[in-house]
Amino acid sequence: MKNLVKINTERCKSCGLCVHACPKKILGIGEFANNKGYYVIEMKDQSKCIACAFCALICPDLVLEVYREEKGA
Amino acid sequence: MRQGMALLMKGNEAIAEAAIQAGCRLFYGYPITPSTEIPEYMAKKMKAVGGTYLQAESEVAAIYMVFGAGAVGERVMTGTSSPGFSLMQEGLSYLFAAEIPCVIVDVMRGGPGLGGLGPTQADYFQLTKGGGHGDYHAIVIAPSSVQEMVNLTKEAFDLADYYRNLVIIAVDGILGQMMEPVEFPPSEGRKLEPKTWAANGAEGRPKNNVISYYLTPELGEVENKRWGDKMSLIKENEQHFVEYEMDDADYAFVAFGTSARITETAVDMLREEGIKVGLYRPVTLWPFPEKGLLARVNQIKGWMSIELSAGQMVEDVKLVINGQAPVSFYGRQGGMTPEPEEVVAAFKAQLLGGAQV
Amino acid sequence: MKAILTKTTGLTDRPFHYCPGCTHGIIHRLIGELLEEMNLIEKTIGVAPVGCSGFCEHYFSCDMIGAAHGRAVAVATGAKRARPDRFIFTYQGDGDGASIGLAETMSAAARGERITSIFVNNCIYGMTGGQMAPTSLIGQKTSTSPYGRDAETMGYPLDLPKVLTQIEGAVYVASVSVDSPQAIKEAKKVLRKAFQVQLDGLGYSFVSILSTCPTNWGVNPVEALEWLQTKMKPHFALGELKVPVVRGGNES
Repeated sequence: MKNLVKINTERCKSCGLCVHACPKKILGIGEFANNKGYYVIEMKDQSKCIACAFCALICPDLVLEVYREEKGA
Repeated sequence: MRQGMALLMKGNEAIAEAAIQAGCRLFYGYPITPSTEIPEYMAKKMKAVGGTYLQAESEVAAIYMVFGAGAVGERVMTGTSSPGFSLMQEGLSYLFAAEIPCVIVDVMRGGPGLGGLGPTQADYFQLTKGGGHGDYHAIVIAPSSVQEMVNLTKEAFDLADYYRNLVIIAVDGILGQMMEPVEFPPSEGRKLEPKTWAANGAEGRPKNNVISYYLTPELGEVENKRWGDKMSLIKENEQHFVEYEMDDADYAFVAFGTSARITETAVDMLREEGIKVGLYRPVTLWPFPEKGLLARVNQIKGWMSIELSAGQMVEDVKLVINGQAPVSFYGRQGGMTPEPEEVVAAFKAQLLGGAQV
Repeated sequence: MKAILTKTTGLTDRPFHYCPGCTHGIIHRLIGELLEEMNLIEKTIGVAPVGCSGFCEHYFSCDMIGAAHGRAVAVATGAKRARPDRFIFTYQGDGDGASIGLAETMSAAARGERITSIFVNNCIYGMTGGQMAPTSLIGQKTSTSPYGRDAETMGYPLDLPKVLTQIEGAVYVASVSVDSPQAIKEAKKVLRKAFQVQLDGLGYSFVSILSTCPTNWGVNPVEALEWLQTKMKPHFALGELKVPVVRGGNES
């Protein structure tokens, strides 16, 4: 994988802000419900992620962590 | 000012000087007659000792500045008079719940409303029953001389730190304004624990929260019980009173502050007529010094509370005496003070003339 | 892999209780990140308000004091005068800072208190169930303005940062929002400057942050962002409204 978005599913409240903010439209509300009963977001296509971190910026619940692949030296 | 030297000082100023000598370096206040000399003295003196005087925009702001300074673990004081004290009531409830040590001075004046500038003792209910909400108590100290104001103010800071509780010095306007010779003897003070609970920056330790709420009724009851236990401890250990001519007394007055001084003269006058009367002077209004009253309850045939109010402390006397002897009352209001002759006359009319329960 | 955005040590692990999409969480994160990046956590004392964010003592990693409603700025003043070496911020909603606490906010600004106030404006009282706030808009329906805010009887929304620019002691006054990733990045820059103003001892710094309340506005979180952009932004001055004459430090 080029870049990585880690999702802390237990903190997700399904607010949809990250889905809205993602410029590549690769996040979506999934079908898995966490312990609080929220349908958590899921990464639909990690290969298209540009690690802009817009999702993590707009997430109010510290659900998302974004990593970028280091380019070769 | 060297310790051990006698000075002629105004009560309000003596309180302020005593606070500084007790290590208080923060004063937040707002001027109000008849307590204004306290902030004025602090404004002049704090700079010299490297402390801070800050004039708040209101008594509401002042009590919360006290809250902030106390929450970070520093000794802090404010001083006000009755209407300003009313404004602080919410803050007192918060200070109690957050267990923030601090010292507050209330120099009582005529009320209710804007009232007048003369001396009263009519904040007693607010002071002891709480003008703030919830089950809480301030430790309330009632000096009756400028020297007592010095000694007890110094002790107040120790008490506040020891119990993590607010302490109020309650005087009437006369005591705040009067000048008496006063000394500042060095005092040892209590052994106090470091304030590891304070929110003063989590350097090298886990973080601290200083808060006053609880998230569930279950927790609420646990917290309130814990505070209640603290109140019981204070009640056990900190009841203070002074007796005057009580050992062979048949009757007793109960009075504090200026009314105690007036009543002392009344006691002397009655004694001269051969009537064996004494004065029981509470020095703490909360905890109310029941122990001393109860120790005399079989001895005393009738009690009379003398107050500068419509009769507030008398209710506490009645509660303690619990019907075992008549408890009556005489007082003046609006800033007026009784002459000793009035007290004598009231005593004779009520307790000697016909018993009143 | 290079971390682009990971969890900050400025916040604890406690999950936020806020409604889905409430922007308090974004603002908390910005503050936490700044406290970490500027090495302030151990020197900071935050003052929490009463309101939805009244429990934020549990979310920040620094020492926290919970104030009475509207009094956070007075509490912060008392704390800062007691410990001028500490970094002290208040976190308040629109009621806490501009209604019940308006006198304390303006007086601290007048005194130039070396504290930083973060003012979260969502034009409504959230915690108590959606009543009108001093910042509520004309025509806005709330539970205490059920027919819409009527200027005739209820006055006009208060633009507090604009008012504060007139006060000499308020040396840094800014108004930002968190309605998009770009706005959030801008908000963080502004908060950093406000923090630096305190560290440089210049005076009172105040950052107002336009925020959403999906629950009480009756819209979903994404619609709430739009509500903020189209309805709120036109009515509040935005940007760095006042900066210190001597610029507040570098932006490392």
